[in-house]
Amino acid sequence: MSTSVLPTYDEVISRYEPVIGLETHVELGTATKMFCGCPTVFGAEPNTQVCPVCLGLPGSLPVANKAAIEATIRIGLALNCSIATWCRFARKNYFYPDMPKNFQISQYDEPLCTDGYLDVEVNGETVRIGIERVHLEEDTGKTLHVGGATGRIHGATESLVDYNRAGIPLVEIVTKPVPGIGAMAPEVAKAYVAELRDVIRTLGVSDVRMEQGSMRCDVNTSLNRPGEEWGTRTETKNVNSLRSVERAVRSEMLRQASVLDAGGTITQETRHFHEDTGDTTSGRSKETATDYRYFPEPDLAPLAPDPQWVERLKAALPELPRVHRARLRTEWNLSELDMQSILNAGAVELIEQTVAAGASPEAARKWWLGELSRRANAEGVELESVGATPAQVAQLQTLVDGGKLTDKLARQVLEGVLAGEGDPEAIMAARGLEVVSDTGALTAAIDEAIAAHPDVAEKIRGGNQAAAGVLIGAVMKTTKGAADAKTVRELVLARLAG
Amino acid sequence: MAAISREEVAHLARLSRLAVTDQELDRFAGQLDVILQSVARVGEVAADDIPPTSHSVPLVNVLREDVIVPGLTRDEALSGAPDSAEDRFRVPQILADEE
Repeated sequence: MSTSVLPTYDEVISRYEPVIGLETHVELGTATKMFCGCPTVFGAEPNTQVCPVCLGLPGSLPVANKAAIEATIRIGLALNCSIATWCRFARKNYFYPDMPKNFQISQYDEPLCTDGYLDVEVNGETVRIGIERVHLEEDTGKTLHVGGATGRIHGATESLVDYNRAGIPLVEIVTKPVPGIGAMAPEVAKAYVAELRDVIRTLGVSDVRMEQGSMRCDVNTSLNRPGEEWGTRTETKNVNSLRSVERAVRSEMLRQASVLDAGGTITQETRHFHEDTGDTTSGRSKETATDYRYFPEPDLAPLAPDPQWVERLKAALPELPRVHRARLRTEWNLSELDMQSILNAGAVELIEQTVAAGASPEAARKWWLGELSRRANAEGVELESVGATPAQVAQLQTLVDGGKLTDKLARQVLEGVLAGEGDPEAIMAARGLEVVSDTGALTAAIDEAIAAHPDVAEKIRGGNQAAAGVLIGAVMKTTKGAADAKTVRELVLARLAG
Repeated sequence: MAAISREEVAHLARLSRLAVTDQELDRFAGQLDVILQSVARVGEVAADDIPPTSHSVPLVNVLREDVIVPGLTRDEALSGAPDSAEDRFRVPQILADEE
């Protein structure tokens, strides 16, 4: 345990060069599991989506899911990988009961896809992230640890296992080490995961929801002094949001630097990320690959994807996010920088959907990058989880455009949306926020204001239109801000004209 | 020379969380050694023109369509378990305190 004071981030960067690497697991959205016909519905009652195959009962035999193979090849192709012409599944042996077979079917030295890349944009710079491999395996069951203080495996006296998730197809995407990115390392890590998520979502092979665990990240970090060999890396597990990916790299860089500054050495180990503090703590020391005693899975025939099939899948790939964004940028008439800020905010799709629901690109951008981004940041959630949908934002803007809401009132309505009170129209009605466009009510308020400020009225009659502000303010106060200031001004001037 | 050492057997037993006595270690090391040596003999007779293989039948791409097949009910699934609780399989402590 290091007790030394953490250096600042700038100090770390001045003394060390980071190298990062990411392993991302993506649960595929197939209807059935990887090696059996059990359904894969999220949140089902425990142990209701199981069969002899995924329970590892004697005599059962796995058969690979064609849709999962296809999805993995498509991911590989989208990541510019070579697709193996022949490969096998392998058994990864270990004793944890999260797999009932005492092993997990995975791929070892013969992954389905190898050697690709994914370009990501950070601060207007394109960083090419090498992809080492994309392979297919089965997800494990969910284990509930009982009897410990923390709900973790350590200290637990027993565990309860639900095998619904055991056997769901899981794709593992492993990057090559990424050196040479210096201070950008945390942002590059986040940008990569975001881009990967967008690619996979575009392919339609997974819902890639980090908060539900259908996309999970392990982040490898090491530091070395300039000119020296790469340092020992640690693997931070449990990193389950984009924001956490960035925080995990940063906090691990700070921690490692403080150890190295003090003349210590980094232990190669698994570390756990804690959402609440943003820190990592040491986990169990990793079993080595030899300890997993990998060997070819004898119950599954090798895979030999027909090159023509692969070509057809490649030709049918959808427009990928980078290309898509370039097209949107032109359509929305934005600068590179504007588009980058939309991307950084995770708002591309949200704005696109808002535009599709009827709002102008400018208005959609204003809401998502303004009010809603501020709220998301304040609450530490992703923009898409902030609590407003693109349809609601579009409806809000329609109300503004139709003169029923002023910008100020619209922000109050948005508060209601974020508080879960419903759609903007309903909230406007329920909270009585609609602009007072009833001229009778306005005229009464204006007359009242004129009566209360005879001197001001006199100035305006004398041609001093600038004095109208006082009366407008009074009217706005009477109407509790529910009047359009421009309309009030016109009415005031008309009333006092001649 | 033995194909597998006593230490290797002890290591494998630990990875599998099997409690093995010293006597058992001696016995298993001997038994496993015989098995491994027998398998090694197959390797000796395989000529250079016989590639290593993991599967006895030359099949590839045995796949199934992504179609749901009814599995077991929860009661059926849990019926073979030594113990269960809260609709889940109950298993003993996974990591000992020192791990």
